[in-house]
Amino acid sequence: MSTSTEPTAGYEHPDIVLCPGGPMLLRGKHTIEDADGVAHETTRPVTAVCRCDRSQSFPWCDGTHKVLPEKLRPT
Amino acid sequence: MHVPDPRGPLTEELFRALRSGTDDFYTVLAATPAAEGEDAALALWALHELHYRGFDDVDDALEWDPQLVRVRVVLERDLESRLRARFARPEGLSFVEDFFGWLDQQEGASLARHVHRDATYDQAVELLRVKSLYHLKESDPVAWLVPRLGVRAKAALMELQFDEYGDGDPNRLHHHLFAEGLRATGLEASYDAHLEVMPQEAFDQHNTVSMFGLQRRLRGAALGHLAAFEATSSLPSRRMAQGLERLGFPAEMVAYYAEHVEADAVHEQLAVRTIIGALLEEEPELEEDVWFGAFTCLDLDDRFARTMLSRWGADEEQVA
Repeated sequence: MSTSTEPTAGYEHPDIVLCPGGPMLLRGKHTIEDADGVAHETTRPVTAVCRCDRSQSFPWCDGTHKVLPEKLRPT
Repeated sequence: MHVPDPRGPLTEELFRALRSGTDDFYTVLAATPAAEGEDAALALWALHELHYRGFDDVDDALEWDPQLVRVRVVLERDLESRLRARFARPEGLSFVEDFFGWLDQQEGASLARHVHRDATYDQAVELLRVKSLYHLKESDPVAWLVPRLGVRAKAALMELQFDEYGDGDPNRLHHHLFAEGLRATGLEASYDAHLEVMPQEAFDQHNTVSMFGLQRRLRGAALGHLAAFEATSSLPSRRMAQGLERLGFPAEMVAYYAEHVEADAVHEQLAVRTIIGALLEEEPELEEDVWFGAFTCLDLDDRFARTMLSRWGADEEQVA
């Protein structure tokens, strides 16, 4: 059997993950207020929040960062 | 669902035997190595179906009939060897670090671009019928992977799959959304309703993910395929949604694609960084197969798109 003995605790599982060149992943239920003061509630266990400011689904990521020139992508 | 019409000598023999109630498939086994093309592809689709929901006119006990499993594996070996013959691993790249950059460099024919701007209503209907083979079981073959992974990769895969299955709400389950879209369009939503319009390439796409899901040995390829599938979904789904709106499709059909714009922007990140990141830390020897699965996803999708565009006489160069 190849099943190894795994540690019983201590795995990293952050609430927020910044993806290089891409969105911010947000785990759990949150409300995000955009620049116009409009509140947007998350509906998924994990949500991708736009960091390139060009998503057509802002504040959520729609993959637009992938078609931007590298200098315009989030770091 | 009943056993469908055959497409050649193997499916003639196999489907007759499946319906007859026999448990002697020796003549089917003997006919298998010579089978090719749509005949072999439809036979494999039907044998995989025994592991999904089965057929009304076939005994459920035949799912694990040793001779039928043998037929299935012979057909899968042939499919896998054809897929591997087209694959070369990108040199010097790390999947987790370099996958998105590698993906930027890949070019393929795009059905979403065609639907966005140029497709007729009838072409879009035909595409939805053909895509039903895959989308009505979306995520199901991936679910077979769960018990085959280590703790971190398993938890990460379930984080993604939970969203695919509607986060506990059946109304949001993705393959149900596709079925609702088909019905609102006036199309049937059973697995076999549109078999008559399927090209071999559609069966190959479906058979590949079923094989990747059913064979534990291919778990790396299955997750590589998942990553490439999710990472080529958000922007094309936006084009599909806008194209279907342009053509006057019902809101339910548009909603399926609109849902995938945001869902897959999350899922592509989870697939590459969280799921495959964990998989390759736990089982680094699987990296070659992860690339194989990702390449195969794009390669099959490109071949499928070219077949459909050529069926419609659409200029491939404009949409490549």
